[in-house]
Amino acid sequence: MPEVVVENVHKSFGALEVLKGVSLSVGRGEVFALIGRSGSGKSTLLRCMNGLEKINSGRIEIAGHALGGDAKALRKLRTDVGIVFQSYNLFPHLTVGENIMLAPRIVKDVAKPKAREVAREVLQLVGLSEKFDSYPDQLSGGQQQRVAIARSLAMRPKVMLFDEVTSALDPELTEEVLMVMEQLARDGMTMILVTHEMGFARRVATQTIFMHKGKIWERGPSATLFADPQTPELRQFVKSDVK
Amino acid sequence: MTLKTFGFDQFGFLIFSLQWTILLTVIALIGGGLLGFAVALARTAQLKPVRIAAATYIQVIQGIPVLMILFLSYYGLSLAGFELPPLVAAGASMTIYASGYLAEIWRGCIQAVPKQQWEASESLAMTRLQQYRYVILPQAIRISLPPTVGFAVQVVKNTSITSIIGFVELARAGQLINNATFQPFRVFLAVAALYFVVCYPLSQLSRLLERRLHAGSSR
Repeated sequence: MPEVVVENVHKSFGALEVLKGVSLSVGRGEVFALIGRSGSGKSTLLRCMNGLEKINSGRIEIAGHALGGDAKALRKLRTDVGIVFQSYNLFPHLTVGENIMLAPRIVKDVAKPKAREVAREVLQLVGLSEKFDSYPDQLSGGQQQRVAIARSLAMRPKVMLFDEVTSALDPELTEEVLMVMEQLARDGMTMILVTHEMGFARRVATQTIFMHKGKIWERGPSATLFADPQTPELRQFVKSDVK
Repeated sequence: MTLKTFGFDQFGFLIFSLQWTILLTVIALIGGGLLGFAVALARTAQLKPVRIAAATYIQVIQGIPVLMILFLSYYGLSLAGFELPPLVAAGASMTIYASGYLAEIWRGCIQAVPKQQWEASESLAMTRLQQYRYVILPQAIRISLPPTVGFAVQVVKNTSITSIIGFVELARAGQLINNATFQPFRVFLAVAALYFVVCYPLSQLSRLLERRLHAGSSR
């Protein structure tokens, strides 16, 4: 029983078709990496998976919820699907602890002591226990991104989506965020990540999907996909990655 | 009536009338604030007809002089059979006037909160109401303080328009004293000074808030 099913999804922005019939299926505990040039549709595909973008046709099912229902159904889906963005998007007027506790408190009606306990737990997971009372602007980019991950985890999601979460970070800070993600993967979280970190995709992702011109151009177990690209486009893409 | 000179009693009358100016300002800001807040929310609503209705309201209010709103609510309504006391007509007019501007100021502040804040809170399964209450408005209110206080200065000065329908606030009191003393330079200098004494601290407060907003952190 797959945790994520995407079936023949089409998506256009006006006249521009960005997804031209994409299908994939992610099993529980699997880690999928979506790679490809900018404009290939990978971020859009990810954003479709939690309803931030509406699809034009096709079917998406994630963590046991089908997309396309009413607002209430969408909120239910989102309690089970976490997403982390490139720009962290922490709430600047709230402390780290408050950022993490807010959604569990108001969305899932978790009592305050329990929410606090969960917040401490997920903060420890991302290695930032001592930052509970700090404000986001007192943290480095890498720390903010780890808090964003913790904030998502506090909702106890079944699937985590990562949208180029290290693209705004320098290499050193990238490393600390990737370590947290790798730990999550080892703990059995179902993850889909849009990334430019080829090394990370190769090492951590069970499957890698190369997207090109709104289609899945090539897919396979990460090890084989990177070692033996079949299409000239992927060969070119892998070669141009200097890391 | 004997000709008086502008003295202590007359100045006392100005101070007394200043209270009405301030009361009118407070009414305009509270009434206009409540109405303006509702219109600002409507202006950023998801339903297009609601947005258009709110935008139309703002355009109409901003597009006509306060004086016309005042005449319409005072003379217009009395012709229609509703006899409004000057304070009510003045208060209602200033409320409507303030709502049109505050709505537009606050719409800008709501929209100044980055779109990503909406996406992040939406992705955490919050309802739209929860997004406003816990994420968007706390940030928008912070942004809104300097322009709102700045607009309050405009309201203080514009209450003088209500003197036209005979509402005795500071400007009208000045006219009355001048009619009795014929010392316009002294009288209106005193009136102007009193307006300044109220407005200057507000302007300074607005500037202080603005500096804090830009220099300080984003919380």
